[in-house]
Amino acid sequence: MPALPPMVMDAVNAFIVGFIVLNVIVGMVTYVTLLERKFAARMQSRIGPYRVGPHGLLQPIADALKLMMKEDVVPRQADRSVYNLAPIVFLVPCMLIFATLPFAPGLGIADLNIGILFFLAISAMEIVGLFMAGWGSNNKYALLSVMRAVNQIISYDLPFIFVALVPVLLAGSLRLSDIAAAQAGLWNVAWFPLGTIAFLFYIVVTLAAENRVPFDILEAESELVAGFRVEYSGMKFALIQLGEYAHMIGTSFLGALLFLGAWAGPWADGSPWWGALWFTLKAMFVFLVVTWIRWSFVRIRADQILAISWKLLLPASLLLLMATAVVVALQGGAGG
Amino acid sequence: MDPEARKVIELGYGGSERLTMNMGPQHPSAHGVFRAILTLEGETVVAVDAVIGYLHRCHEKLGESLTYTQYPSIASKTDYVAAMTSELAYVRAAEMVGKVEVPRRAQYLRVIVAELQRIASHCLWLGTWCMDMGGALGGGATVFLYCIREREWVLDLFEALVGARLLYGFHQVGGTRYDIPAGWAQKCRETIALIEKRLDEYEDMLEGNAFFLARTQGVGGISRELAQTVGISGPLIRGSGVSYDIRRLEPYSSYEDFDFKVPVETGGDCYARYRVRMVEFRESINIVRQALDGLPEGPISSRPGVKSVGQVRVAKGEGYARVEGARGEVGCYLISDGGAKPYRMKWRGASFSNLSILPHILIGTRVADVVAIMGSVDPVFGEVDR
Repeated sequence: MPALPPMVMDAVNAFIVGFIVLNVIVGMVTYVTLLERKFAARMQSRIGPYRVGPHGLLQPIADALKLMMKEDVVPRQADRSVYNLAPIVFLVPCMLIFATLPFAPGLGIADLNIGILFFLAISAMEIVGLFMAGWGSNNKYALLSVMRAVNQIISYDLPFIFVALVPVLLAGSLRLSDIAAAQAGLWNVAWFPLGTIAFLFYIVVTLAAENRVPFDILEAESELVAGFRVEYSGMKFALIQLGEYAHMIGTSFLGALLFLGAWAGPWADGSPWWGALWFTLKAMFVFLVVTWIRWSFVRIRADQILAISWKLLLPASLLLLMATAVVVALQGGAGG
Repeated sequence: MDPEARKVIELGYGGSERLTMNMGPQHPSAHGVFRAILTLEGETVVAVDAVIGYLHRCHEKLGESLTYTQYPSIASKTDYVAAMTSELAYVRAAEMVGKVEVPRRAQYLRVIVAELQRIASHCLWLGTWCMDMGGALGGGATVFLYCIREREWVLDLFEALVGARLLYGFHQVGGTRYDIPAGWAQKCRETIALIEKRLDEYEDMLEGNAFFLARTQGVGGISRELAQTVGISGPLIRGSGVSYDIRRLEPYSSYEDFDFKVPVETGGDCYARYRVRMVEFRESINIVRQALDGLPEGPISSRPGVKSVGQVRVAKGEGYARVEGARGEVGCYLISDGGAKPYRMKWRGASFSNLSILPHILIGTRVADVVAIMGSVDPVFGEVDR
């Protein structure tokens, strides 16, 4: 086989790795839904899915098959091109956020030197797909829902960025693997009190960024039926659902990376696979905390959500960031 | 409202800032089939047009064509969430017109089932109301499932008593149709003791929850004057600072024998109505305990058991009987011409009157508050439309 130019080799390499990561993520998303359903069922003194496969283990597959076989309905008055494109526009950024995540030392697609910036920027892009879905459906519930969504995402992206910058300050780098490596001695969440507070803030803003209860005003099925996806069915609905869960898992991974020491754990130095396992377990822990909150709170109103963001979270996260900066400066420069 | 006028409203509101949105009749949080046509300015409600009547089943005509023996089972279909109290209103009206005596044991049994029914109904209210605020995929669903679990226990008691879980036919003119089976009283005590314990858990879960308070306190305020003008009743009017409870004002079925509080809150908002109902839960449990303790021996009906549908005849006359249902004052007006069927009957549904408060309090609230307020009013559309 003649040697290919290195650029082509890189592209092939990236394609293969990307293909693997993408499929792992899709598989994870399907099974995370089962995890959440089982977890919620326990909280509500139920059993949860139990009939399909042993202990309901095949339920996500059955759900996926059902969604694929559903009739794909397009409302007559919908803006067809926008309506059809929206799920894909929504899904792509939700999948792209995994591009810069290092799952273990040297195990990732692209360890950019601006990794966290890329993550935050791409994850904010999902609003475009959301808005297209709501606008293209030509449905009043959907329209109202995406109006809320735009408000919410704009107000929560700022505190999200500020909170995510705290570990960046501590590590002195925007590269995600550097941030992970910088926690080798002490996990950021254990860096009391600033790191702990930052982690709590991170949980709150991810709830808002992922549109989960108590901040799920754009889905709000009790008043807006299903919000922006009210007109979607079948595979398009499945894509939106996939995107939402992928986003959620992505932010859970980011939370584990920024605050819980990423892949640090027993035997992680020896093999990257142990590291990947610890990292996944930590991400699942963050995910379960988010789920726990989801199943124990009622939803708050749109105006109250905005008030919380602008009056409380934004100034508080800004203060937190400044305090961190001062401490880091006093301790003699970033990267410690 | 006629269609022409509605068109004028929609067009008249037509500035690009306003949006007309249908809520119902098929809607996840319409408690039944209620249609609210909301005019929104952004998130704020500026006009409400409430449409009812989707569940109309000619109950009053049915009442005229069915005999006094048949109708109690149909009366339970007016307010199917609190079937026992609607039956009670009907048989009390017939007894009042026909001057039929009711044995003391039957009166006590009626109190027991009415109060158990109030517990079951409030369980459903709390669950669905939290679901309105939290959604099927949120914390509200957790409260909902807890409440349904408790409600099922009460329904189990009814099943052991009557054989039915939702629509009972427990009452008959002159008393009750069934006596409590052996061991039922003990099971009933255990159930209410367990529910009493669970109530503390609900209160911990909700009242310590800042988001729950943010959604309920100061939302959907009804002033004392408005409450009295519109003529709401039940937990709604008691939440607005008026101590109005028919069990206390006009005791029936030997309610004067029992010692219970009538909870009154002055806030007038959703939270006040919530507090009133939570206290009512406990008071109902108290009353059931007292009634079980003091249950007299004797016959359960002053009339013989039913052998044919036309057996019960009520003397000529007319009368209005009212009882305190889970949602407020449930009344039944009967005119008898001395036959086996009423000549005319009319229902006064608590939900119907309570629902008429909505246009007064919805204006100026947010869309999300609409469902919270609707839930706190706790309408049952079988009773609204009849």
